[in-house]
Amino acid sequence: MNKGEGLRLYRTLTLIRRAEEAIRLHYGEDDMKTPVHLSIGQEAIPVGVCHVLPEGSPMFGTYRNHALYLALTEDTDRFFAELHGKEAGMGRGKAGSMHLCEPSRGLLATSAVVGTTIPLAVGAALAQAYRHLRQPVAVFFGDGAAEEGVFWESLNFACQRSLNLLFVCEDNGLAIHAPAADRRGFSSITQAVGGFRCCTATADGSDLSAIIEATRALYRDMEADKQPGLLHVSYFRFLEHVGIGEDFFTGYRQAPSDQERRERDPLIRFSSHLLSLGYHPAELRAIDVEVDDQICRSIGRARSADYPTAEALYEDLWV
Amino acid sequence: MTETMTYREALAFAAAKEMDADPTVFVFGLDVPDHKRIFGSTKGLVEKFGPSRCFGTPLSEDAMTGVAIGAALSGLRPVHVHIRADFLLLGMNQIANVMSSLRYMSGGALRVPLVIRAVIGRGWGQGAQHSKSMHGLFGHFPGIKVGLPTSPQDAYSMLRAAIRDDNPVILLEHRWLYDIEGSVDEQYLPPLPGPVVVRQGTDVTVACTSWMTIEAMKAADVLARHGVRLEVIDIRTVAPLDETPVVSSVAKTGRCIIADYDWLYAGFSAELAARLAHHCFGVLKKPIERIGFAPVPCPTTRPLENLFYPSAVQIIRAVERLLDLDSIDLSQESFYSYEERFKGPF
Repeated sequence: MNKGEGLRLYRTLTLIRRAEEAIRLHYGEDDMKTPVHLSIGQEAIPVGVCHVLPEGSPMFGTYRNHALYLALTEDTDRFFAELHGKEAGMGRGKAGSMHLCEPSRGLLATSAVVGTTIPLAVGAALAQAYRHLRQPVAVFFGDGAAEEGVFWESLNFACQRSLNLLFVCEDNGLAIHAPAADRRGFSSITQAVGGFRCCTATADGSDLSAIIEATRALYRDMEADKQPGLLHVSYFRFLEHVGIGEDFFTGYRQAPSDQERRERDPLIRFSSHLLSLGYHPAELRAIDVEVDDQICRSIGRARSADYPTAEALYEDLWV
Repeated sequence: MTETMTYREALAFAAAKEMDADPTVFVFGLDVPDHKRIFGSTKGLVEKFGPSRCFGTPLSEDAMTGVAIGAALSGLRPVHVHIRADFLLLGMNQIANVMSSLRYMSGGALRVPLVIRAVIGRGWGQGAQHSKSMHGLFGHFPGIKVGLPTSPQDAYSMLRAAIRDDNPVILLEHRWLYDIEGSVDEQYLPPLPGPVVVRQGTDVTVACTSWMTIEAMKAADVLARHGVRLEVIDIRTVAPLDETPVVSSVAKTGRCIIADYDWLYAGFSAELAARLAHHCFGVLKKPIERIGFAPVPCPTTRPLENLFYPSAVQIIRAVERLLDLDSIDLSQESFYSYEERFKGPF
């Protein structure tokens, strides 16, 4: 990682974190009427994977997609306009938080139904093979998706067809509030997948450098074996499943200690890493200020932007 | 050029024409390239275009529907084939939550040019899980076009139109139609067509879907000998629905029967009846009659199966009610049954 790369990665991580902190700050004003599944704790996964895969690679995600969307686009204008339900949003206000996409940057679809975009990614990878291209496709999904039949159907077909597809399992150990032990008949997702012709790797989701390294190694294996890969990344979901608050007080899971918070926070981890490499604190602060300024302007634009007109209700249904 | 061919041949011919014209078109689904070729409707494709453009799949209808959507999002034009429409229910999340909505949710940024073909089974004990049509159910979701070709010409033209359509299209093909022969003009390539008057008449309008068009034509033949002239309309595309040809017909006849190949409750017949009640309120001389499946799952045994399915006889009886006619003696008439249409087992 050269210095420019390190600062760019820091900027992307910071942009995602600050954008979501801005949502938390303003959500109560009731201008963003869309269910938000915030990615605080998870940001490093899409940032790392997107850093490794070639630019423009087709990507698919879930309803917890802010980090993926911003990692690919860094566009907070269309992002906040969409959350505000405005015409200038990426989906003209018809997508909201749970269906963000940006085909021009490779993000083809996200979904509010668990597991749903996994086969779409297989189809995109099939399209690559159909055209004799080898551009990789990536799909991000939560650990709960491994309980959906469609995951196994998709994995089976991708392996049978030797597709160039990276499955990225973002494992926070929770399906809404249900812990893994209450849901899984297997002890490890990578082991369960082990019977398929699929390369696997694991990484710590709070460590961006580790994610980048694991993705690179896995992608090399995929290229060598000409088989799909599954990257399993554990991370800590700091907030409630949907909404802006913490939910440790409800008692279904334990609050992390201050030390655990620091260890599981990918932004703290990565900035410490950069500082240890000799980056100057002022360089990072300058990025923080610039990012905050970008977000502040985007929210201002989103607030003053127009809602879609009544005609828009019937538009975009048919080509 | 016009040629005589069967419905199944027309389907294979249409697919081959589109695959020839557009290298992004491919045809896939469980057993699509096997020796039976989905009752012959994919015959010749794998030989001509190879296994990369005509291939079978695992038994994974949910994922395979998603695969088709993902391929369509990537600029290809998949044709996903199912040997029974009932199996589409396994892909319903992808159909109802994704295929129908992606374009709208993306503010018009995405398009899903995907065709799903599925065969409606009937007879020889197909039973409750091999006999559904569900065109009303699919048509219920905004964003999906739904067609039911009846003639070989429509099988050909509608499949070609569906493949060239940039929107998702579901085509439902009745198994008994596969052997029907007719002339096919290969140059006739309209967009997915709306309702067509297949027989002109003045006394009663019969609006039909799929196989019910054949039953209505039979009823019209019988009634013609009794001085009654039915106007038979084949709806062809149930979603999006253009009811104006039916409205124009009812304006002339003042009487209407909707003969739908589905259950009546909350189905396509209810939708069309509601629209006609609105647009034809002043001209209707009698209440609209609806004919469809008996409101039970499809039974397997022959005597109950006979009672389950709507037929030309029911259309004739409904016409008698609408025109206050005495009951016509049908004992000398022969009607369709699977003995003459379909030899089983599938």
